[in-house]
Amino acid sequence: MKTYLVVSALALAAGFAAPACAQQKLVPAQSEIAFISKQMGVPVDGKFKKFDAQVAFDPKKPDAAKIAFSIDIGSATLGSAETEAELVKPDWFNTKLFPQATFQSSAVKATGPGKFDVAGKLVIKGASHDVVVPVALAQAGANTTASGAFVIKRLDFKIGDGDWKDTSMVANDVQVKFKLTLTGVGAL
Amino acid sequence: MNRTPVVVERYTPVAIAFHWLLAVAIVVSFCVGLYMSDLAMSPTRLKLFNWHKWAGMTIFALSALRLLWRLTHRPPADVPMPAWQQRAAHGAHLALYLLFFAVPLAGWAYSSAAGFPVVVYGLIPLPDFVPVDKALAEGLKTLHHLLAFALAFVVLAHVGAALKHQFLDRDGLLLRMWPRKSSSLIS
Repeated sequence: MKTYLVVSALALAAGFAAPACAQQKLVPAQSEIAFISKQMGVPVDGKFKKFDAQVAFDPKKPDAAKIAFSIDIGSATLGSAETEAELVKPDWFNTKLFPQATFQSSAVKATGPGKFDVAGKLVIKGASHDVVVPVALAQAGANTTASGAFVIKRLDFKIGDGDWKDTSMVANDVQVKFKLTLTGVGAL
Repeated sequence: MNRTPVVVERYTPVAIAFHWLLAVAIVVSFCVGLYMSDLAMSPTRLKLFNWHKWAGMTIFALSALRLLWRLTHRPPADVPMPAWQQRAAHGAHLALYLLFFAVPLAGWAYSSAAGFPVVVYGLIPLPDFVPVDKALAEGLKTLHHLLAFALAFVVLAHVGAALKHQFLDRDGLLLRMWPRKSSSLIS
């Protein structure tokens, strides 16, 4: 009887704890992180091909959510071979010195059905800035898709330094768009 | 040799304005195009590429207006010359008009295929009529270059013929397209 109680208490505790601790898994093949910059009014699409996420998220308890991202900066594609060759240089991403960009959430709050604001720190090229990222969730089968877009100022992160500081050439605003597919997220 | 001034029927002032404006625009765009393609990536290169595209699209639009004008206004009759020269002149004019459109169109398509849609003056986004595709972009780049050199070649022939009429035939042909009415052109 005593053993039974202990076991059921443990099971109960585990049962409660499990959703909060369970790590949701990113499905990279069905995920996308893109960025759109403007060069003299011309929108130029870029993409990061390699990134990973550590997500502990229960839609029922957004306050307890922990979302961390790391993006492999060297995996960026952008327009032509000429612009890509430029991207890794010190004036732009300085990929050798700063191979990764990271995001770490600090607070998640629900803003509507399936909608959340994720606040956190975005670190690119060694510069850290607070951002609030609106995320919309959609579920289909075992997959949950989180999508959204937000704007960063490239000069906050010294992306496009030196001769490229001129924002009439390359706009300061860069739109970041993402679509992330996760498995193991609880029902909305 | 006929050295007496002849009364020459001239092109309309609008046609003359189109001719010289576009002549300058095309020559400058061609030279900028030649210069910029070998530049290393820099803000200057980016600027020149965009200016070149804006100029190209402006030339395209002005050429459309010019063609409309040409189709609705009869040009002056040919000055007397051998029939083969007449045919060559008309052929060259037709080739020029075709290339006024073909060169910018190939450039526009090349830009689209390379993943850089054309936004004229940084304000007017033009549609992409080809998909973003690296191999296609390479092909269109070559096409744009070949057509631009073809245009340069026909322009040189056109200028050469005009100079021949001016300095060898001295038949006042150039006066038909000269901005000011000037008898000094006929010596």
